[in-house]
Amino acid sequence: MRTTIHRWWATLFLWVAVLGMTGTPAAATDAPVIRLTAKKFEYDRREIVLKKGVPVVLEITSLDRMHGFNLPDFNLRADAVPGVVTRIRFTPDKTGRFVFFCDIFCGDGHETMGGTVIVKD
Amino acid sequence: MDHKIDRRDFLKLAGLGGAVFASGLSGWAQAAKSAGAQEFYFVQLSDTHWGFKGPKANPDAANTLKKAVAAVNSLERKPDFVVFTGDLTHTTDDPKIRRARMAEFRDIVSALNVKDVRFMPGEHDASLDRGEAYQEFFGKLNYTFDHQGVHFIALDNVSDPKAALGEAQLAWLKQDLDQKRKDAPIVVLTHRPLFALYPQWDWATRDGAVAIDLLLPHKNVTVFYGHIHQEHHHMTGHIAHHAAKSLIFPLPPAGSVPKRGPVPWDANAPYKGMGFRAVEADAEKAGYRIDERPVVKG
Ligand SMILES: [Cu+2]
Repeated sequence: MRTTIHRWWATLFLWVAVLGMTGTPAAATDAPVIRLTAKKFEYDRREIVLKKGVPVVLEITSLDRMHGFNLPDFNLRADAVPGVVTRIRFTPDKTGRFVFFCDIFCGDGHETMGGTVIVKD
Repeated sequence: MDHKIDRRDFLKLAGLGGAVFASGLSGWAQAAKSAGAQEFYFVQLSDTHWGFKGPKANPDAANTLKKAVAAVNSLERKPDFVVFTGDLTHTTDDPKIRRARMAEFRDIVSALNVKDVRFMPGEHDASLDRGEAYQEFFGKLNYTFDHQGVHFIALDNVSDPKAALGEAQLAWLKQDLDQKRKDAPIVVLTHRPLFALYPQWDWATRDGAVAIDLLLPHKNVTVFYGHIHQEHHHMTGHIAHHAAKSLIFPLPPAGSVPKRGPVPWDANAPYKGMGFRAVEADAEKAGYRIDERPVVKG
């Protein structure tokens, strides 16, 4: 499984370009896009439901400060940076429930900042 | 004392396999220091989280640290030194409150009747300001010292909020290790586990494997750390890693519950799962005997 984490400037450029052309937050790929927005001390989604074998693009950003996104069972991590959209493309290759969490210490509440990725057949 | 064990035999065993002897024996610390000057003992306290408020986890949070200090002061034998392995204070966004908590912590532990007290940061102390306040109160984030033939290395895997040691510190570690014989007794002190104990709960250090690789050529390395609020023992190759209990609330074993959160306070067994440890060291054999101690005598 290959993952691609774009450099923030490339991501930002692409993001602005895509927005400018279409006005919708579509990614330059046909994989479904899931947006995930971090703020102290939660993401806007507690659960992300995916299908095994179906590629997906996560678009990760933050509203307040730097957070992290870590999904260790798929060896994925990214920074969640205010004003920047970080994109991770990946294809879940196993079913089950997998935790994701913030891995950049962000204050009193950091330890509970996370959610679950659910991968179904 | 009733409890007779052959201390020397134990130390032999510990030196061979990094075996751990966590006992409720109370007599060992009273044993007079033997003639071998290479034996000593130190106390590890961890995760005191001064400033934490959470009555369900610890309704006695305002007194726990003071009780731990009293417990150390009442040890039968005075330790050579005491080390706090991080999360001295509970985190706050307010730099003034952070410093106030550090000042209170320093005040309380100044009642320890041990002269040599060493501090280390945890992410709660140091991650939000990269260790700025911590250094004002407690000095360097990473350092080395030698005691009775054992080389101690305190590593900082918390002042970088990404929970990494970082290239500069790894280079510093390499340089330090390069000066040591391969069989020199080495103790590493750190806050977070250097190995990937349970990445799903972020119980790891991002570049901890690099540090372990640097340590592996050394035959006699033992790691004492905190962060996970429970006793835990693990080997990476010949290196033993020993996590200490917390002095604010215990956490459940890795993966035993869906969400990592404090084990609730048990009114029938106050301070259950909390405590500190005494470590008896034999530099010659690089053996360590660990004695887990309660906050209050049961
Ligand atoms: Cu966060």
